Amino acid sequence: MLVIKNGRVIDPATHTDAPGDILIDGGKIAEVAEPGSLGRDPGREVFDATGLVVAPGFVDLHAHLREPGQESSETIETGTRAAARGGFTVVCSMPNTNPVNDNAAVTRFVLDRAEATGTVRVWPIGAASVGSRGEAIAEIAGMKEAGIVAVSDDGKPISTAKLARQVMDYCRSFDLPVIEHAEDVSLAGGAVMREGVASLRLGLRGMPAAAEAVCVARDVELAELTGARLHIAHLSSKASLEQVRRAKSRGLRVTCEVTPHHFTLIDEDVSYDSRFKMNPPLAAREDRAALLEGLADGTVDAIATDHAPHEPALKDVEFDRAPFGILGFETALALALEQLVHPGRLSLVRMVELFTRGPLGILGRERKIAAGQPADLTIFSLDRAWTYQVERSPSKSRNSPFDGKKFKGGPVATIVAGRVVYRAN
Amino acid sequence: MTYRFRDLLALEPLTADELRFLLDQSKPFQEIQKHPLKKLATLRGKTVALAFFENSTRTRISFGTAAARLGADTMNLQAEASSIKKGETLLDTAFNLNAMKPDCLVMRHAASGAADYVARHLDIPVVNAGDGTHEHPSQGLLDALTIRDRLGTIENLNVTILGDILHSRVARSNIHLLGKFRCRFTLCGPSIWVPRELEKIAPGVPIRCVYKVEEALEDAHVIIMLRVQTERLDDPSLSASDYILMYQLNAERLKRAHPDAIVLHPGPINRGIEITPEVADGAQSCVLEQVTNGVAVRMAILYLVIAGASEGGAHPALEAKTSPSEETRKSKESANARD
Repeated sequence: MLVIKNGRVIDPATHTDAPGDILIDGGKIAEVAEPGSLGRDPGREVFDATGLVVAPGFVDLHAHLREPGQESSETIETGTRAAARGGFTVVCSMPNTNPVNDNAAVTRFVLDRAEATGTVRVWPIGAASVGSRGEAIAEIAGMKEAGIVAVSDDGKPISTAKLARQVMDYCRSFDLPVIEHAEDVSLAGGAVMREGVASLRLGLRGMPAAAEAVCVARDVELAELTGARLHIAHLSSKASLEQVRRAKSRGLRVTCEVTPHHFTLIDEDVSYDSRFKMNPPLAAREDRAALLEGLADGTVDAIATDHAPHEPALKDVEFDRAPFGILGFETALALALEQLVHPGRLSLVRMVELFTRGPLGILGRERKIAAGQPADLTIFSLDRAWTYQVERSPSKSRNSPFDGKKFKGGPVATIVAGRVVYRAN
Repeated sequence: MTYRFRDLLALEPLTADELRFLLDQSKPFQEIQKHPLKKLATLRGKTVALAFFENSTRTRISFGTAAARLGADTMNLQAEASSIKKGETLLDTAFNLNAMKPDCLVMRHAASGAADYVARHLDIPVVNAGDGTHEHPSQGLLDALTIRDRLGTIENLNVTILGDILHSRVARSNIHLLGKFRCRFTLCGPSIWVPRELEKIAPGVPIRCVYKVEEALEDAHVIIMLRVQTERLDDPSLSASDYILMYQLNAERLKRAHPDAIVLHPGPINRGIEITPEVADGAQSCVLEQVTNGVAVRMAILYLVIAGASEGGAHPALEAKTSPSEETRKSKESANARD
């Protein structure tokens, strides 16, 4: 039995923000009580959370764990250890592995590996099309039985409007969300960053903001046509956000996520350093401003990392040749505090919602800090000074633009099924 | 004052004083080009590695000639003959060249930022001989030297650049150099090659994009032509005859420019496409002077990055009889306060 004592308990699901004690027993929350009321009984392990926030376990909707097939960049073991250090208790793993998670056998493999080697929970996302090649619909029913929580051809968009329509239609019968990597490939072709003054100055090929918005517009129309649940991954532009806002006001089941790097950095931060190369690329100043607004006003439903490890041998090349993607788990919360909470853009409760209730709702799930619920908790500090040093990351990769950055506040402990899987020194 | 150029990767970060110093240092080397005996001993015993990962004739020969006239030896890497096709990374190739102990690496590469990337990993000076669509610093310098020779100044000029600005590293280097001397720029070409955002790539420099060549040439002191890259005509596909109709520099159009205007072209020229032969070969054209000046500028660049020099110090071209400077090259860590 474990008691989390004297923490500031924040739970957007129950509109809670108050000091309290939490008793955990057998992987579940046994009791939530007044501060100081639990933890006196002998035989109970006590975690003193005085001065810390105790929140429901953070859920990352969007991550690449690279197993099976790309284990030199990450494995489920190393990725979930990094996730735990970032305060995440659940990681949704994208299917663009090798082989692609487009059938129940791969889904089961991912779940088995997570069971055997994972530090936090892994909820797999299945491919929308076979091999994510954009031709035939994948074995979605079989994967759903095996345990996927959504479908996506992430890394690329669902190839055509016709296939996207069919996938949405099909997924409606399983009540599975369709997660879209929104990109018009013909507009984005060959680009390595966002098109604008910065790309012109650097002489790097840019993709226009419209490359994303054109695809979002297509999918919103198809969501209306099919009535499906559509979720836009790593939304990066003002124009796309406006489409989602309008879709929501039309009553469509359209949601979106934003990554910490897109609400922190912009295209002007890009140099010839491939740690600043990801897809969608860092956007314009006004896009970031719009994302901050959307995070505050509820248009954005979740913060997701798009944790995308690439081993140094792949990433440490000329900018044009480097693969897209950066690490995300360990800096997500600290960036959210720095960019959203400390400057007063968002309340702390709203930020916690974007890591918990928001992503869970997209998956049609709910978790609370209440008796009987799984004991997944994220404990973090609002003011602890620390420096992110990527060489100390359990991840196999090192591709973070935030290496060496100083933060105020961040994860202190991560509890999954009642077990402390990470605790900061 | 001492200027130290750790590398020469781009003109954008250089100050007007540094650029002027580079041009001034090129001047005596220009004189050398007129001597019957053109070889100095300045860099005797030094080695310049020339790594051209992208095809080039003029720039490679020009750097090679510059090195030879300074008394340096060269090693040559040409993309076709190299192990790049065998899958070696750019950095491994650079490390291997560096292991043969050159004193400087001159490189051209199709990826923007490639020289910058290599320079971060090498302890010898790196000279960018053109990186993708980013910069071509030695071309920017030789253009400025040519303009200064012809017009007596590089300050306060109306500079018109014609052609595919979007993909031009030459245009960017021209803007970043001449822009620091209060020149005003008019960029002109098909709108698909001249996006409006170009007006903001050099804050503080007056740049305007216009799409009518007649308007662009009005009162120009300097006209910089860019080669219409035939490979670019396919992406997107533009009609060559449309280009000729709208943008070809001919004698009639040239009349709209300032009477003393000069015409530059980085070469190679597509005669009859972007420029008519009568303009290319006319009195206002400077194309061959540019080529001659290219050797002088590159001598100055190699001399400065390898040996270093001070303002007011003895110039090797004026002291050709004295022994070459034995000043040790400064290590990168201690060099260049700009960094």
